[in-house]
Amino acid sequence: MTDILRVQGLRKAFGGVVVANGIDFSLSAGDMHCLIGPNGAGKSSFFRLLLGEHAPDAGTITFDGNDITNLRSFQRIRRGISVKFQVPGIFKALSVRQNLEVAFQDHLNGQSLGTKIHEMLDFTDLHAEETTPAGNLSHGQQQWLEIAMAVGVEPKLLLLDEPTAGMSPDETRKTGDMLHDLNARGITILAVEHDMAFVEQIARRVTVLHFGSIFVEGTIAEIIDHPGVQEIYLGTADV
Amino acid sequence: MISSETTPRSLLARLEGPQTMGRGPVFWTAAAIAIAVAAAYPLMADAWTVGNAAYFLIWTFMAMGLGVVWGYAGALSFGQTAFFGLAGYAYGVITLNLGAAYGLTLVALILAVAIGGLFALVIGYFMFYGRIQGVFVGIVTLSVTLVLETFMAQTAGPQWRIGEARLNGFNGMSGMPPLTLPWFGDDIALYPGPSLYYLLLGLVVICYLGLRIMLNSSFGNVLVAIRENPHRVGMLGYDVRLYQTLAFAIGGAFAALSGALYTAWGQYITPSSMGLTSAALPIIWVAVGGRRDITATLIGTIVVLAGFQSLTIYGSQYALVVMGALLLVTVLAAPQGLVVGAMTFLGRIFRKDKS
Ligand SMILES: Nc1ncnc2c1ncn2[C@@H]1O[C@H](COP(=O)(O)OP(=O)(O)OP(=O)(O)O)[C@@H](O)[C@H]1O
Ligand SMILES: [Mg+2]
Repeated sequence: MTDILRVQGLRKAFGGVVVANGIDFSLSAGDMHCLIGPNGAGKSSFFRLLLGEHAPDAGTITFDGNDITNLRSFQRIRRGISVKFQVPGIFKALSVRQNLEVAFQDHLNGQSLGTKIHEMLDFTDLHAEETTPAGNLSHGQQQWLEIAMAVGVEPKLLLLDEPTAGMSPDETRKTGDMLHDLNARGITILAVEHDMAFVEQIARRVTVLHFGSIFVEGTIAEIIDHPGVQEIYLGTADV
Repeated sequence: MISSETTPRSLLARLEGPQTMGRGPVFWTAAAIAIAVAAAYPLMADAWTVGNAAYFLIWTFMAMGLGVVWGYAGALSFGQTAFFGLAGYAYGVITLNLGAAYGLTLVALILAVAIGGLFALVIGYFMFYGRIQGVFVGIVTLSVTLVLETFMAQTAGPQWRIGEARLNGFNGMSGMPPLTLPWFGDDIALYPGPSLYYLLLGLVVICYLGLRIMLNSSFGNVLVAIRENPHRVGMLGYDVRLYQTLAFAIGGAFAALSGALYTAWGQYITPSSMGLTSAALPIIWVAVGGRRDITATLIGTIVVLAGFQSLTIYGSQYALVVMGALLLVTVLAAPQGLVVGAMTFLGRIFRKDKS
């Protein structure tokens, strides 16, 4: 399989804090991959580097066969990446519908835009809140809206930073099912996740990040059995 | 960027939408009545008063443009008067050189608006592509207008002329022709009075409806999203800087339209039109009416201008103090704007009636 994403020697430090310490990582097209690691491991920072919010000190990022290291964020997105951030970045003063419109109108219009919005309102169960300002939604609903805005564009690569944070087990499962659907339609997914049940539900392969470096990569079974991973989470790993 | 669906029907549908208050038969009936009353006004008033009313209409373009830039796109420009003044001078220079025959004043009007709009495009480009944001937009734009004022004020010498037109420094330019419509044999010069009033009223209606359509289009959607969270808009694949620059250029072109019309109206333009006081006034009109709604901006501007005018009878310093107080009261008591507050209130009453 071809790699949709290839990261080589990615490095970034903020003063003394090294958030990415020479990351080599690749993701084959069609994969569904989880990135795990303790708090502060650099998972969100890795996403920000992929998205061009931080300029790396060294290294290259190749997406879909093209070097995107020097592209601006919006240009990377336009090539087929979409993202759900850890902290919902919805437009609070705008209605739920407008949020979805802004997210999708660049890809769809007219009839198909309406259909997609309807589909996403179904999916998020927000039909009754269609005209409600997004800022008035509960935290969970905001999270759903943020996910809908990311998945509705059907990108080539979907980045999800803690998609199930604060969700009930039922909701978490529903999210997992939806991701399987998207993946079956050919969308590559990379998700940061803490909930191991969810990781088991979706991930074919798992990468463990620790102190800005890749600690180990493997199948979920290999990761769970790996002696070092437990220690990392317990904070006793020797690095 | 702009939706490919642009049939006349889909355009008309955009006259209503989440970005503009007012929808349905009640609103449009009220709007039609307001236009009818405005159209009947010259029949009831003398020519001097009508010419004065035309003067109020002239400023609404700059106010609506500021509404787009500030209220919708979220960038507080303190220097719309730069584009106003530049276009005002441009109209003077062009007409003094070309004359008023063959409808050339209308060409001058269009050129002046284009010059003002282009200047705004350039300023906007350097600001937004240079990552200037927040209060710094206000500081940069204010500096631009004050620099222009200072520059124009020192053009008193005879060497400061463009063709036939002397710039005349602090005293300003005068003697340019008013807008003149070509007519068989006998051109119609639009001095302040009913015909100019009707022309302006028509322009206001066209611009207002056009802006409603633009603001409810996908372009308008992106502008308000940028106001709410520019970072997220970028992460949805939009070039935020481009949208901000375009909105700024549109706002500048509207200010330029006001400026050229102002010069044509009074056949007069001075550097103080770009000064601090002039720069502050549009912000007061827009804030008091309500910056986040184009209808509120339009109504608020006309009401505040009429109020200001009646106050200046007691002295212009006094009127300015009242304006400042009005701004303060709005910011503290009704930060969304007084007209927006009133419209929300009326909307609630009508909806209650229906249910
Ligand atoms: N802009 C920044 N400036 C300085 N330090 C930063 C910056 N961004 C992140 N860091 C630091 O880098 C480290 C990694 O942060 P990051 O948010 O990537 O971790 P994470 O793996 O996503 O953690 P969590 O699981 O808590 O979300 C943290 O110690 C954080 O404080
Ligand atoms: Mg994180």
